[in-house]
Amino acid sequence: MDPARQLVRLGDFARKDGLPFARNLMRRARGALDGVASTLLGRELEERLRRVSHELAPHGVDPFGWDPDYARYVIAAATALSRSYFRTVVSGIDHLPTGRVILVSNHSGQIPLDGVIIAISVFLEANPPRIVRAMVEKWSQTLPFISTFFAKCGQVVGVPENAALILQRGEPLLVFPEGTRGLAKTFQHRYELTDFGLGFMRLALATDTPILPVAVIGAEEQYISVANLRSIAKTLHMPSFPIIPQLFLPGGALPLPTRYRIQFGDPLHFRGDPDDDDAVIEEKVWVVKATIQSMLNRGLMERKSLFF
Amino acid sequence: MPNRTTNGHPPPTTVSPDAIAVDEADGREAPDSDDGALLAASSTEEPAVVITGIVGRLGRRLARRMHRDRRVIGIDRRPFEGRPKDIEHYQIDIRRKKTRDVFRSTRISAVVHLGVMHDPRASAADHHTWNVAGFQKILEYVALYQIPKIVLLSSANVYGPRPDNPQFLSEDAPLLGGAAFSEIRDLVEVDMLAQSFFWKHPEIETVILRPVHIVGTVRNAPSNYLRLNVIPTLLGFDPMVQVIHEEDLVHAIGLALKPSVRGIFNLAGPPPAPLSRIVKTTGRPTVPIPHALAAPMLAPLWRLRMASFPVPELDHVRYVCMVDDRRARATLGYAPTRSLEESVRAVSEGLWD
Repeated sequence: MDPARQLVRLGDFARKDGLPFARNLMRRARGALDGVASTLLGRELEERLRRVSHELAPHGVDPFGWDPDYARYVIAAATALSRSYFRTVVSGIDHLPTGRVILVSNHSGQIPLDGVIIAISVFLEANPPRIVRAMVEKWSQTLPFISTFFAKCGQVVGVPENAALILQRGEPLLVFPEGTRGLAKTFQHRYELTDFGLGFMRLALATDTPILPVAVIGAEEQYISVANLRSIAKTLHMPSFPIIPQLFLPGGALPLPTRYRIQFGDPLHFRGDPDDDDAVIEEKVWVVKATIQSMLNRGLMERKSLFF
Repeated sequence: MPNRTTNGHPPPTTVSPDAIAVDEADGREAPDSDDGALLAASSTEEPAVVITGIVGRLGRRLARRMHRDRRVIGIDRRPFEGRPKDIEHYQIDIRRKKTRDVFRSTRISAVVHLGVMHDPRASAADHHTWNVAGFQKILEYVALYQIPKIVLLSSANVYGPRPDNPQFLSEDAPLLGGAAFSEIRDLVEVDMLAQSFFWKHPEIETVILRPVHIVGTVRNAPSNYLRLNVIPTLLGFDPMVQVIHEEDLVHAIGLALKPSVRGIFNLAGPPPAPLSRIVKTTGRPTVPIPHALAAPMLAPLWRLRMASFPVPELDHVRYVCMVDDRRARATLGYAPTRSLEESVRAVSEGLWD
């Protein structure tokens, strides 16, 4: 048989049998995923998602690309992570104001799972439910899938214009003023806040936005880093290069299932000139930092066990 | 055309019909019937709106909408087929001196400059002189004959799609479109020329319009992209995109012509949507292509004229380039009337006319 005819046959087969089969498979896979998401979410969470999407995305997606049809799966996964894996305890969620607010939290745990858990806690516990926006690295936008993933989960590119727009829209903005300094802390420095950036305070002053201090306890112990090799990190252009012994154990790539405790403090209001000297801004930032540190200290004292 | 200005440029106040007649007689081209209208123009006539690039699809739409309410003069190097009778059309190149005669002999209330060329296939030299030198001439005439208003149709592409763009670019955002896409540099330059003109001549109302992707019967890159039989996208990228229906844009140009309107205005259509949704609205099949393959594949296709999109335009399906149009809504009173579905579907309407 000549090769051209064979090719045509192959094409026919692909069109007549292959394609419908693949489509059917896709449909079933999606159906199964929907089922899993619904069971995990439950009716109450569906209701929450509906309320949020009604407000944020009456046209199907919000201007930042948050897509409720996509976000439901992420919410289902994050809910499982938060409720079943880390068994998060949330307190003080009633302090969350209804309008615009900047959530300022300590940052820890080598990978930013604390951001995920804060966001899902606000979605699950706050009344009305809200979608927390965090700012992602600009560089992430050049990566396939990751850029789309962030956008569809409502995360925005980290530029000042976007932060201002989120607050203007009256939405909660999550900020980690410690940045990677906090994330890459070694185990011996756990729950010691590192230097805070000043940008969030200038933004809060410029937009007259309350600051809600958030203390996350439990994330520090999910990966135990004994050292951070800065010189290697620099050569590899990585933000940090932690030495985490548990990674060498089987299954050690997963974070330890510590219990997360998330405490939302009283909102803090600041007034002043956003373009003031660093020294003046630092004083205000220090108030926020001290508040979070004392929330951490109190929380650690009350904590009986790492895992329960 | 060789320089035929031996009789010099008479200052505008001393223009006499004779001077024009001499100028015209000097012309090497056989005078066509339109020149009669040029001579007949007098100061008592209703002032006209000059539209450059009137023969383009957008220009025709604008002309059709305006010509019943006011006098419209077209300037384009292409012939205007199917021209409504009351529109005067001059088939001339804006870089040539004859354009000046149109400005000198007619009372003009406003100039709408649609004649910006964006054709990546055109030779770089022609592209540059047409856009920059041509627009410079227009600005020169506007200043010389104290025409009260000039409207430039720029584009949101001058901001450029970039990974570090804010979700919505304001009019003050830097024009970085040329950083990755050199063919667009003269469009940025044209926009900049208009900006400096705005400050140099405060007595003239300068309006710069920066619309997002114009969709409709127009033959521009975004509309052509949505007309492809199979629409390629980049695997793993799905930026938010804004489009504007050509009719909404024509309406906005009309608003920009109102007295006392000046400044730069971003223009956007219906609320933004992910590229995937927009492509889905067309009902055409898509092929997601990994970015690592797309650029090396597109480069030879473009060179062989098998693709109509140069490689840098891939960034438009990769990164956001959306604008904040609040100023246009507040100051111009602009509001889009076409929905996203309507706008996107308009690209496949009127394909054959």
